[in-house]
Amino acid sequence: MVSVRNVLAIAGKELRSYFASPMGYILVGLFALLSGFFFYVFLNSFIETSQRMSMGGGGSVNVNEMMIRGVFHNLAIITLFVMPMVTMRTYSEEKRSGTIELLLTSPITDVQIILGKFLGALGLFGAMLLVTAVDMAILFRLGNPEWKPVVVGYFGLMLMGGCFLAVGLLISSLTKNQIVAGFLTFAVFLLLWIINWLADSVGPTARTLLSFLSITAHFDDFTKGIIDTKHVIYYLSFITFGLFLTAKSVDSERWRG
Amino acid sequence: MIEVQHVSKKYGRVTAVDDVSFRVERGEILGFLGPNGAGKTTTMRILTGYIPASEGKALVAGFDVFTNPLDAKRRTGYLPETPPLYPDMTVREYLDFVAKIKAVPSSERKTRVDSVMERTRVADMAARHCSKLSKGYKQRVGLAQALIHNPEVLILDEPTAGLDPKQIIETRELIRSLAGDHTIVLSTHILPEVSQTCQRVVIINKGRVVAVDTPQNLTARLKGAETMYVQIDTEGAEAGPTLAGIPGVTRVAASDGGYEVESERGTDVRRELARTIVNRGWGLLEMRPMRMSLEEIFLQVTTDETPAEASRPAEAGEEAANG
Repeated sequence: MVSVRNVLAIAGKELRSYFASPMGYILVGLFALLSGFFFYVFLNSFIETSQRMSMGGGGSVNVNEMMIRGVFHNLAIITLFVMPMVTMRTYSEEKRSGTIELLLTSPITDVQIILGKFLGALGLFGAMLLVTAVDMAILFRLGNPEWKPVVVGYFGLMLMGGCFLAVGLLISSLTKNQIVAGFLTFAVFLLLWIINWLADSVGPTARTLLSFLSITAHFDDFTKGIIDTKHVIYYLSFITFGLFLTAKSVDSERWRG
Repeated sequence: MIEVQHVSKKYGRVTAVDDVSFRVERGEILGFLGPNGAGKTTTMRILTGYIPASEGKALVAGFDVFTNPLDAKRRTGYLPETPPLYPDMTVREYLDFVAKIKAVPSSERKTRVDSVMERTRVADMAARHCSKLSKGYKQRVGLAQALIHNPEVLILDEPTAGLDPKQIIETRELIRSLAGDHTIVLSTHILPEVSQTCQRVVIINKGRVVAVDTPQNLTARLKGAETMYVQIDTEGAEAGPTLAGIPGVTRVAASDGGYEVESERGTDVRRELARTIVNRGWGLLEMRPMRMSLEEIFLQVTTDETPAEASRPAEAGEEAANG
């Protein structure tokens, strides 16, 4: 199909442009460094705790509960910090350099361009997550964790990352300046992350609403190895809505010129 | 092949393009001439479907660029003012990518890329990154990109801007060689370019079409008065009043060591001029007609504005619109 071909052409271009500059390598490297550091810290405290527990004769600690959940929560937070750098240039750079004129005068639709850019960025995020699989492999070698929370956790991370990407794309489509796009994206991510902190100090209805809005609150079940359709649907509709708004933003840009 | 019908583009209260209409026949090269900020780029962007028109419609190869954009875009090659290159791709990678999004069948892609690189003479830079190309090569890769899907219509926004004289001549030759197979609209503010490459000219100023014709007709039509240039050896005497006394002469002005003699249109004063000078015993060193160049025509049509029109806010808006 022609439309799929166009989407893949854009996605391929995006992915290649990440790795044609140092940007892609820096992002993957940064992600690996941060996740590796937290993994090491967790591993240390886990070993300490389990040694203490076994000395006390209280049985063993749960590797899933203590290690995997913590590691995934940390990965989610690192994602939040790194993702603005993935999306900030996607549209801004095309607008600044004028290549957007090539894309918008080619026989492809705005939606194909947006989906292509989204998939390209998701591909880079996939590469970043792939590196962290090394940490997980160490865990499997040393201990005997369940594989299900790990796989489901990665699945949840991809969904959550997709939401961040959709927001990032939208913000990038609003400005020519990628630094502005980056900072704005980071601010919005942070807000979406901490919005449920307010939950404790507001009424019950608002509390439900706020924790529902928070991107990270939906992530918890995934780290336990549970795929809840409620969360999957939340993430997928979040992504769809973000990309829809991006399409509207690109279109309105046309009219304003 | 291309039809622009009463197209206007407004940005808020500012009108960048005002009721522009013209046609381009198959295989023709149309020059789009106007000062900076006249609305050339805006019109071209409307034609390529990059921005929608506020009013009116534009057809490319029979397809409305607004209601049927994909069909129109498939048949259009576009070189924007700045070539839309990706700095971190090599020339080959770039053209390959453009071929993909311009719906060139994958089986033909490699041959198309090779043939446009050959045609625009960028093959020697195929493995070079776009960011490392000289201005001339960037422009040519931009042209290659516009040609990659062998479009029926080519829209070129200032294709020779920033090139050195040799490259300009080469690019013009290339463009001329493309006519026939392709219908071409090119914009420029360089006048000789129009007379050298285009069969027809649209002069646009402040968003309005002020003249549409062939370069030759424009020159002839707008030539108001006949002007002769004469250089005379008067041995110190003042020749001005004598020349002004010749029947038919309307104005004499000293210029460039000689005189410009303007006469009524349709009156040939050359014989009388020569006779008078010789009868006075002066030496007639040079006598030649002064043709009005396109440059002067251009200035004439773009500055002959009524005060009310001249004060329209179109200029400021156009700057913003082009940004």
